[in-house]
Amino acid sequence: MNRKTKSKIEVTLIYLFFLIMFIIIGYPLFWAIMMSVNPGTNMLVTDLFPSNPTLEHYIWLFTDPRSDYLLWYKNSLIVAILNSLGSVIITSLIAYAFSRYKFIGRKYGLYLFLLLQMFPALMGMVAIYILLNTIGLTDSLWGLLLVYLGGQIPFNAWLVKGYFDTIPKELDEAAKIDGAGHLKVFWTIMLPLAKPILAVVALFNFMAPFMDFLLPRIVLTSPENYTLALGLYSFINDQFSTNFTRFAAGAILIAIPIALVFLLLQRYLISGLTSGATKG
Amino acid sequence: MTNNQAEKKTGLSAPRNIATLLSVLVPGLGQLYNRRLLKGFILLIVSISFLVTTWDYIDIGIWGLFTLGTIPREHHSIQLLLQGLISLIVLFFGICIYAYNILDARKDAKTREEGKPIPTLLEGISNFYDRGFPYFLILPGLVMLLFIVVLPLLFMLALAFTDYNQYNSPPRNLLSWVGFANFTDLINIDIWKNTFLSVFTWTIVWTVVATTLQIILGFFLALLVNDKRIKFKRTIRTVLILPWAVPAFVSILIFSALFNPTFGAINRDILSHFEIMIPWLSDPFWAKIALIMIQTWLGFPFIFALFTGVLQSVPADMYEAADVDGGTRWQKLRLITIPHVLFATAPLLIMQYAGNFNNFNIIYLFNEGNPAVRGQNAGGTDILISWVYKLTFETNNYNMAAAITIIMGLIVMGFAFFQFRRTAAFKDEGERY
Repeated sequence: MNRKTKSKIEVTLIYLFFLIMFIIIGYPLFWAIMMSVNPGTNMLVTDLFPSNPTLEHYIWLFTDPRSDYLLWYKNSLIVAILNSLGSVIITSLIAYAFSRYKFIGRKYGLYLFLLLQMFPALMGMVAIYILLNTIGLTDSLWGLLLVYLGGQIPFNAWLVKGYFDTIPKELDEAAKIDGAGHLKVFWTIMLPLAKPILAVVALFNFMAPFMDFLLPRIVLTSPENYTLALGLYSFINDQFSTNFTRFAAGAILIAIPIALVFLLLQRYLISGLTSGATKG
Repeated sequence: MTNNQAEKKTGLSAPRNIATLLSVLVPGLGQLYNRRLLKGFILLIVSISFLVTTWDYIDIGIWGLFTLGTIPREHHSIQLLLQGLISLIVLFFGICIYAYNILDARKDAKTREEGKPIPTLLEGISNFYDRGFPYFLILPGLVMLLFIVVLPLLFMLALAFTDYNQYNSPPRNLLSWVGFANFTDLINIDIWKNTFLSVFTWTIVWTVVATTLQIILGFFLALLVNDKRIKFKRTIRTVLILPWAVPAFVSILIFSALFNPTFGAINRDILSHFEIMIPWLSDPFWAKIALIMIQTWLGFPFIFALFTGVLQSVPADMYEAADVDGGTRWQKLRLITIPHVLFATAPLLIMQYAGNFNNFNIIYLFNEGNPAVRGQNAGGTDILISWVYKLTFETNNYNMAAAITIIMGLIVMGFAFFQFRRTAAFKDEGERY
């Protein structure tokens, strides 16, 4: 009896704690949504529950001739799709080599990847800018894409290599005995079996251009080349208090699709991360 | 017969040594001597064209790397430095081809000494394809990695030993190598010393406190959700992961507005009930508190998701055994759960610390590292990386920024060192091959 009530109190406390967490998590997001339906741009008169909610900011984003929102969306989408495809191709090739072949420099290559993934791209930002400048790719989405593709290699190659290692080696040996070549083994055995981790890599690199702020800020200068993150920041960068409502509307339109995709795929994300990093 | 003869020959006249020597002198010659004609010619052509196309570039590059130019306005030190570093990379590839050529000649000569037949053209090609295959796979990625990641890092490394800043910049001036002067300035000149010390200590406090809070909260929530008596697990998990799912720059900017002292909801809607006004953005102490709270909010879902996965893998019989022995809940947690979870996730946790150490986004987007602090050239909430950003892009103190980057790099290497030791993937390296 005594024990039962104790347990009940515990469970209630746990639920209470979850409730507090839900409020802490939900409040900022809810506040942003409410801000986006506040009329006008003066933050001092905004209300958490506006008396006359409006969609004017959303409509402005899509219809106003001064709005570059759709252009930014297109830019981000182009970079995201190419980045996701390109990174899957490059990293899966590298990971295949590191997982299945023995070659000179293999071990040091792995150490290099592990080391490089801790160095943020910012550390070499000046040089990246000068390099892009010399090949004429500053203020260009291609330049941005190139830096993304190169920068993702250490982390993702390591992740995919970890996953490839869990695929039994006997499979490709058997295929080789049956006469399959190197590329055929890669194409018909490794790639199909590694689909989950490749999906993770594709997703990560698809989302990166939507979320990254720093690199576009350094590489891109003209507003028609902005990606979404940069464009949205420009709403509030100059006159913070006056355009936050518009920023909120634009931000929500990115956050919702990304969050949905993310929540749908979170199980793969986590299993991919852990299988790559905590093996053994 | 031929075998015996070959074995008798030692010293310089042994075929293997002749082939090696020939290849050392002229790439490809050793292969020709071994009657591997196609391979020999290809190597010969490759090395000649390598020399012809890159000689001038490398020559100027290496010269530039040492002198950084001699005539102001005509020689651009930065471009010379970059060319020098690229030359080093190209040279490295050249040396690899050269070394391959020598080893290959020696190996072929050996097989010939042993009297094995010379492989036919087709066999040779398929051999080359077989053994070269992994290199073909990594080549495109490796080239990108070298030019986009490694080269910029080398460039920063080099900048730290030059005098490149806004008053001394090409093409008007030439740069020169100054040795460790930037590092000694960092310790000796008051404004740099004060700034460095305060930014450095805050960076450490930030990294340790924010990440640890994140881990503790994530772990605690994972334990609670894992409790057998809790229902609606899926829903609870989904909500708890939400902060991870929303793009971080969006949430940080939302928080930045929430904490804004004039119109932010935290002061206006919540704290005003208690008659409190906190200067979240203008007081360094409160800005730091806000940053740590925001980072905890942003970072705990990842840890939570990670631990939720790992908790389910703790063997149930261990708990049963503990129950039999009369272990309390606290003992089970301390002696079974925590060690198991930490062991399984240590590399990822170290990555979290490393990630926060370099967490530029939150510092910059929340308040751009502000408020300004008297007597130092970094803002009150600047961590090393955001300070480096400001030094580079706002005040053009490239040399100091590079020097600080190197110090950061050393610290990051410390993280990496722990990572190497802990990463399980390396343990079975020997058994695998």
